[in-house]
Amino acid sequence: MANMESSASKWTKKHLLGLEGLSAEEITLILDQAAEFKRLAAAGETKLSPLAGTVVANLFFENSTRTKTSFSLAAKRLSADTIDFTASGSSLSKGETFFDTARNIEAMGANQVVVRHGTPGAPHLLAKHVDVAVLNAGDGTHEHPTQALLDIFTVREQRGSLEGLTVTLVGDILHSRVARSNIWGLTKLGADVIVCGPSTLIPPEVERLGVRVSNSLDEVLAETDCINLLRIQFERQRNAYFPSIREYAHFFGMNGDRIQRAKDDVVILAPGPINRGVEITPDVADGSHSVILDQVTNGLVIRMACLYLLHQRQQELATQEATA
Amino acid sequence: MSTTLIRGGRIIDPSQQIDRVGNLLLRDGRVVGIDDATTVADQLIEALGMIVCPGLIDAHVSFREPGDEKDETIESGTAAALAGGMTSVACMPDSTPVVDNRAAAEFVKLQCDRAAHCNVFPLGAVTKGNAGTELAEIGQLIEGGAVAFSDATNPIANAEIMRRALEYTRMFNRRVFNQPHVPELIDKGVMHEGFFSTLLGLRGMPVAAEEIMVGRDLALAELTGGRLHLMTISTAESVERIQRAKAKGIHVTAEVTPHHLALTDAELQSFDSSFKVSPPLRTQNHINALIGGLRDGTIDIICSDHQPYAQEKKDLELDLVPFGAIGLETLLPVCIKALIEPEHLTWLQLIDKLSWAPAKLLGLQKGTLSTGADADVTIIDPNIEWTIDADKFASKSRNTPFNGWTVRGRASMVMVNGQVRYQLAD
Repeated sequence: MANMESSASKWTKKHLLGLEGLSAEEITLILDQAAEFKRLAAAGETKLSPLAGTVVANLFFENSTRTKTSFSLAAKRLSADTIDFTASGSSLSKGETFFDTARNIEAMGANQVVVRHGTPGAPHLLAKHVDVAVLNAGDGTHEHPTQALLDIFTVREQRGSLEGLTVTLVGDILHSRVARSNIWGLTKLGADVIVCGPSTLIPPEVERLGVRVSNSLDEVLAETDCINLLRIQFERQRNAYFPSIREYAHFFGMNGDRIQRAKDDVVILAPGPINRGVEITPDVADGSHSVILDQVTNGLVIRMACLYLLHQRQQELATQEATA
Repeated sequence: MSTTLIRGGRIIDPSQQIDRVGNLLLRDGRVVGIDDATTVADQLIEALGMIVCPGLIDAHVSFREPGDEKDETIESGTAAALAGGMTSVACMPDSTPVVDNRAAAEFVKLQCDRAAHCNVFPLGAVTKGNAGTELAEIGQLIEGGAVAFSDATNPIANAEIMRRALEYTRMFNRRVFNQPHVPELIDKGVMHEGFFSTLLGLRGMPVAAEEIMVGRDLALAELTGGRLHLMTISTAESVERIQRAKAKGIHVTAEVTPHHLALTDAELQSFDSSFKVSPPLRTQNHINALIGGLRDGTIDIICSDHQPYAQEKKDLELDLVPFGAIGLETLLPVCIKALIEPEHLTWLQLIDKLSWAPAKLLGLQKGTLSTGADADVTIIDPNIEWTIDADKFASKSRNTPFNGWTVRGRASMVMVNGQVRYQLAD
């Protein structure tokens, strides 16, 4: 068994596009690397230098504060130079295509591109068009792998393992990239996943992703170890997905009363930014079960781990190319 | 007087239910008939091992002229049609400006004559500007050459307008082609609503969007006695509804595209915009129902729904990309792969869906090898194996979902009015 680590614990992907394409071992590799960075930070080693001399470009075609800040800081902690490129709206409105923008960033010497885009698949197409490592920081309603990784990391920190845990994702599953990435990551690591929300916000045939569906938070509360409260986007409300915010909060909001009926050690996550009083009441958000701020802290080390592993792989490929 | 003898081919003529080896004699741009006695002619064409059939007719293409000549012109589009084995195409009115008046229809005919490739029969707009609110001058469009009426990719959403269109075209004995879907149910949609839209986070387009409109149109066809043609059918329920309507004697015809027969929604996993078509690619159970509909005659014809877009229009994020794929140059081999090779259809049935049936539907005196017919003839090499390479297309556009496919069969010679207009290079 001496060779086990070479196959099971080695990162071989050029890009991080989603959790769909990762194995349980690869996910664990990222989590372990993040834990290592967290340990180093706790020991006072906050500035590391593995990415010195490289350039990480943040290419954000959709508004984001926390994810972009988190990626920027992660890159800086690893001593990379960073470029921030923010373009709101579609590429068409600027008169330059998304791919031309990306090629420009590549020409500036970026080694890794962190991309947030409103269209599913945009990072995947980018990976085909440019020769840099692409990290998906959220593509439309498709995937948001680093958010799911930090959610999973936070749960693992609380419980040691995901195996056998019941995790309930609550809210707008239909439009949630966080939900999709969480479903992939959690099921691969052996958790039971329940998606819970109004029937208008549960996508068709979602059971085929290996999850259970519930339309009642109260019904699944007792069996749930961990609740992830997805953000409700107010603008969706106009599309008649549910009658009112008040009615949504009544059935799906996490409040003190529901905490009473939940397991004693239930873990409450929310990817944020949270709508206090909608998905979650202030007493729960700030209460003892909440790990919302741990998620933010962990987001940094998760993104460091992703940048680091992709960088290592890039170095390896460059060496192989040079010797070939 | 000039004669042409096409010798030794497998002659397939659905209009006469003929499928046998023989010699086909043409004279002065017209078919004389199958003639095994004559052995000399001004021009001899050897067709041993080939299929000799009426020129193929594609009843649903969009050329972008006038308005978007970067995507396609009537010249490049008809060249692509010839390379695909077509001798006639019916062209949608959705150019800019729209073909909603006599002069615009005559312009299409004029550009067709200038290109001198294959025949183009314009469809006129049902409503002015394809806007869905006011009937176009349908009678005068017919005088300008329009053979049927459609608002192309815009469904005629207003039921009252659709009713009047079916009633008004009835007196000219022409068909109304409608794209059956309810616009509000597919708003911002990118693909079929189902497992893969859930997986990919792409906005889904439910099958009910099509089925509701098919149901409405059939009811209006029954009410008015008008002639309805349902474009690009894609669901099992649509097939069932059309089957029932035909059994009741309602004047309805329907079409399907090769891509809806050969591809499923799983293809969208590549995020390749060539797979973004409307109606969207569905699942295997729908494909099976469509094939059943072709076999039992519920679906009358196969069309390419050729939708050319210049590269820069398709090289965008998936939700910004327009719907549609080109299909003229891949229609025949994809039909062979999807229908002939698995033995879903016989050659006689396939050629019917691609020539005689569309000719009847459009009211053309074509699609047949009967004596006196226009000598529009396609010679198909059914066995030649080749790889689809979009860069070699005669079309100006490259947005095909079949690039790189290895296929069997393609047109080797195409004759329009007795003249060889296309010959496959060796």
